[in-house]
Amino acid sequence: MSSLIWLPFLPLLGTLVPLLSARYSRTACAFLTAALPALTLLLVLSYAGDIFQGERFQEALPWIPAIGLNLSFRLDGLALLFAILILGIGLLVILYARYYLSAKDSIGKFYAYLILFMFAMLGVVLSNNLIQIWFFWELTSISSFLLISFWGHKTEARKGARMALTVTGAGGLALLAGLLILGNTVDSFNLQDILDSGDFIKASANYPIIVVLILIGAFTKSAQFPFHFWLPNAMAAPTPVSAYLHSATMVKAGIFLMARFYPALADTNLWFLIVSLTGLATFLVGAYIAIFQHDLKGLLANSTISHLGLITLLLGMGTDLAAVAAIFHIINHATFKASLFMAAGIIDHESGSRDMRQLNGLWKYMPYTATLAMVASASMAGVPLLNGFLSKEMFFTETLHQASLGSLSWFIPVLATLGGVFAVAYSTRFIHDVFFNGEPINLPKTPHEPPRYMRVPVEILVALCLLVGIFPSLVVGDLLYAAASAALNTPAPEYSLAIWHGFNFPLLMSVVALVGGLYMYHNRIHLFKFQAQFPASDPKLVFESIVQYITHKAKSIIAVTENGSLQRYIFFTLAFAVVMTASSLMKLNTTAGQRPEIPVDALSITCAVLLTISALATVIWHRRRLVALLTLSVVGLIVSLAFAQFSAPDLALTQLSVEVVTVILLILALFFLPQKTPKESSPRRVVRDLGLASLIGGVVGTISYALMTRPLDTISTFFTANSKTGGGGTNVVNVILVDFRGFDTLGEITVLGIAALGIYKLVARMKLFMPSSDDNGLAWSTDRHPILLAVISQSLLPLALLVSAYIFLRGHNLPGGGFIAGLITSVAIIQQYVAHGVEWIKTRIKLDYQVMIGSGIGIATLSGLGSWVFGHTFLSTWFDYFYLPLIGKFELASAMIFDLGVYLTVVGATMLILANLGQLTTSERPIQKEHD
Amino acid sequence: MEGLYAFCVGLLTACGIFLTLRGRSFSVVIGLTLLSYAVNLFLFASGRLKLNAAAVLGESEQYSDPLPQALVLTAIVIGFAMTAFAVILAMRARADLGNDHVDGNLPKLPSEVSNKSSGGNK
Repeated sequence: MSSLIWLPFLPLLGTLVPLLSARYSRTACAFLTAALPALTLLLVLSYAGDIFQGERFQEALPWIPAIGLNLSFRLDGLALLFAILILGIGLLVILYARYYLSAKDSIGKFYAYLILFMFAMLGVVLSNNLIQIWFFWELTSISSFLLISFWGHKTEARKGARMALTVTGAGGLALLAGLLILGNTVDSFNLQDILDSGDFIKASANYPIIVVLILIGAFTKSAQFPFHFWLPNAMAAPTPVSAYLHSATMVKAGIFLMARFYPALADTNLWFLIVSLTGLATFLVGAYIAIFQHDLKGLLANSTISHLGLITLLLGMGTDLAAVAAIFHIINHATFKASLFMAAGIIDHESGSRDMRQLNGLWKYMPYTATLAMVASASMAGVPLLNGFLSKEMFFTETLHQASLGSLSWFIPVLATLGGVFAVAYSTRFIHDVFFNGEPINLPKTPHEPPRYMRVPVEILVALCLLVGIFPSLVVGDLLYAAASAALNTPAPEYSLAIWHGFNFPLLMSVVALVGGLYMYHNRIHLFKFQAQFPASDPKLVFESIVQYITHKAKSIIAVTENGSLQRYIFFTLAFAVVMTASSLMKLNTTAGQRPEIPVDALSITCAVLLTISALATVIWHRRRLVALLTLSVVGLIVSLAFAQFSAPDLALTQLSVEVVTVILLILALFFLPQKTPKESSPRRVVRDLGLASLIGGVVGTISYALMTRPLDTISTFFTANSKTGGGGTNVVNVILVDFRGFDTLGEITVLGIAALGIYKLVARMKLFMPSSDDNGLAWSTDRHPILLAVISQSLLPLALLVSAYIFLRGHNLPGGGFIAGLITSVAIIQQYVAHGVEWIKTRIKLDYQVMIGSGIGIATLSGLGSWVFGHTFLSTWFDYFYLPLIGKFELASAMIFDLGVYLTVVGATMLILANLGQLTTSERPIQKEHD
Repeated sequence: MEGLYAFCVGLLTACGIFLTLRGRSFSVVIGLTLLSYAVNLFLFASGRLKLNAAAVLGESEQYSDPLPQALVLTAIVIGFAMTAFAVILAMRARADLGNDHVDGNLPKLPSEVSNKSSGGNK
């Protein structure tokens, strides 16, 4: 395994580091935390050389290959760019947060969340599988929720985090749907396959729905209009989080998604209309709102929305050059916005306020920080010699070169220039309002420069802004080219990364933006007055009220449908089931099939009449519980007769013995339950239930009849043919149980054992009503163990055990086997309990039923494992014939060992249930009489 | 014969369902038992009805389908475990909740309901 897999997983390992090292000093914790991401960054950079040469790395570990799901990673130019941003800025944020967080905050927890987020983000950009991308995508939502709500004691942090999670999570669901449809359309979830079949996707009928769903995912994540409102509210997070998530990484995930799927989805009219118009709207709305923010971070958040809109607009234009510009702006925005957030954090940290109405004239107090912030801010405004200028110039150029809106296409450059004007205005405000413009007003503390190393991350980022701005092709030329080529899935077109392109239209647009922006800021009083006329609307309140409305509605629906009545649920479930079954039965033309029916004989009619009478009697007398139990047992007996008649001797034997055990169980249980059921169903309910029950009975009877009168195409011929030769037994049913489908039987006896143990636990510590008399007030008989019964049953025991041994041994060739023999043994033992009582048995039969269940399942499993020793598959059986003097030829089969396991489990389970229940009747009688 | 058999299956189903819809746990247990008879007979019948054709090699001319029989055999035993679990649960519920209604509390009598609603109108 080479190192590609380690790229995301080193940081995952790193989430533990801060938790373990938080007990040391904060500096030590920060350095230890940074170690693994730094190592990852070095690993990523070691690939850079090859990637600049146009290589692409892929690696996959099989996960569920049957459905095309692999743990699969790729590293190409685009992934490289994002990985560098995520890791590089992440490292700077770790350093910054060391100074930003106060001693009260748990720095270990903070770093752990941060690294978890880093892992998720790396997963998104490095994944080579659609489902895997989505998985990491949701992980970014969840880890960002943890980060935004880090100061969970603040209401706004909780609300902001919840809003971000709701919006991005809902978008994530849309994305999942889109990715699933996309994967099914292409018939592959491998990313490269998707990127290579762009024409096929665009021609398919699913294309519009795929685009819309995936874009909803991207737009919610990247805070595009109209989903932009969550981003300003997420500013309740600690500033390092805002600098990391809301400038450089998480909000770029949506952009990344659009760039990633660009070759597969872009370059159609639909894509252009949705993406570029959304981008344009976001660009303008964000920039306009940013001007009026008084909160430093609010200004930056809205400016981020605006810049994300700009990138989206570029991606929507559909030309290759626009895509290059978009990727260039991703780099530039990440650098200047992260540094601005950090600067805003420093100002907040050292002056105690983020309100620009209080913050004025800070130049005197922190000239160094002010210089850094001013450079970054100028880059945001698009001033020459800074990186923001270059990409904005490319952006202006591209707006001039597109014609998708036909004769209205000139709108786009004009509106782009207007957005540029706004951007200059709010950037100017960030500089002038904070660092100049008079004196600070009522600041909580006197501002001063931050600690030395808190400035380092800002310095590095600002230096990058300058370096990229002055020597663009030297600093990011290779990276940009590789990323753009990867995003386009073809080599990127020719472009020139120069500061000076001569006097042209884009330059004019820049000049207009600069002059216009300064003019607008100068006359801001009029603008603010104009804006004040609008009623203030807080998107947070609107969102909250919508959430509360939906919650309220959901509650009222739940109150109607889920009132806690099981009786009602089962009615609805059954009604639904009958509707579904009946509707498909109606498609069947005739009830009777072609198969000839067996003629009816008198005995069968008699049994059927008896069954009908006793079943109806059970229903009619169901409130007299003991009577109902007796009629029920008649039904059970006739059912076993039916099995016997229709050639199923094994079933008849099983049913008969289970019937005995069941009736004993129910009579025992009845001792602890009311003897009678009160009459409480309203006539309406009785009629309703009767109607539903008859309907279901009719439907089931019809299905049964239709099934039986149609010819059968069975797979059982295999079992019949191989039973003797392959399984060594002539009783096919038993051979199926212990050999062909032995694994199923193993599962079944395990379930039986678990049920018995569950009952054992339920019975233990049960507080029981112990009636001292029956319902009519008659005391229970004191003669609990009649002598006649005791004597007869005692002499019957060896006989019964002998019968069960016989049934067990012949099971492989004649009706019988472990299940039936086990039940017969249980009945024999229970008879002793009934005749002699628990105390008498306890001293004589010392069987631990739990051990019996365990050893039964153990023996069955071991007999299966035994076949491994001989190099066969699990539960293969072995058999052979032997001669012994006197006895003659006999057969030995390993399946008998398995059957012994079945036998032991059945005896153990049955006895554990019944003996424990029976024991309850013998413990001390309670003093109080039951109340109902 | 098939018609008669199907009638019995349908009748057992109907009786079982009706009792399963009752409010008291013991009735539900009895209903489930009846229902499991019906289900077992139904599954068994999917191998079609045959007379004198036990699936024991060499015992008869033709053999009934052994597969549904094997399935139903285990179903009968598991059905017993399920009945046992349900009835013990019913006992436990009665012990802990003080009544044996499946919803865990006794339904309001019609007179109480009307009192409450008229009280609400005042």
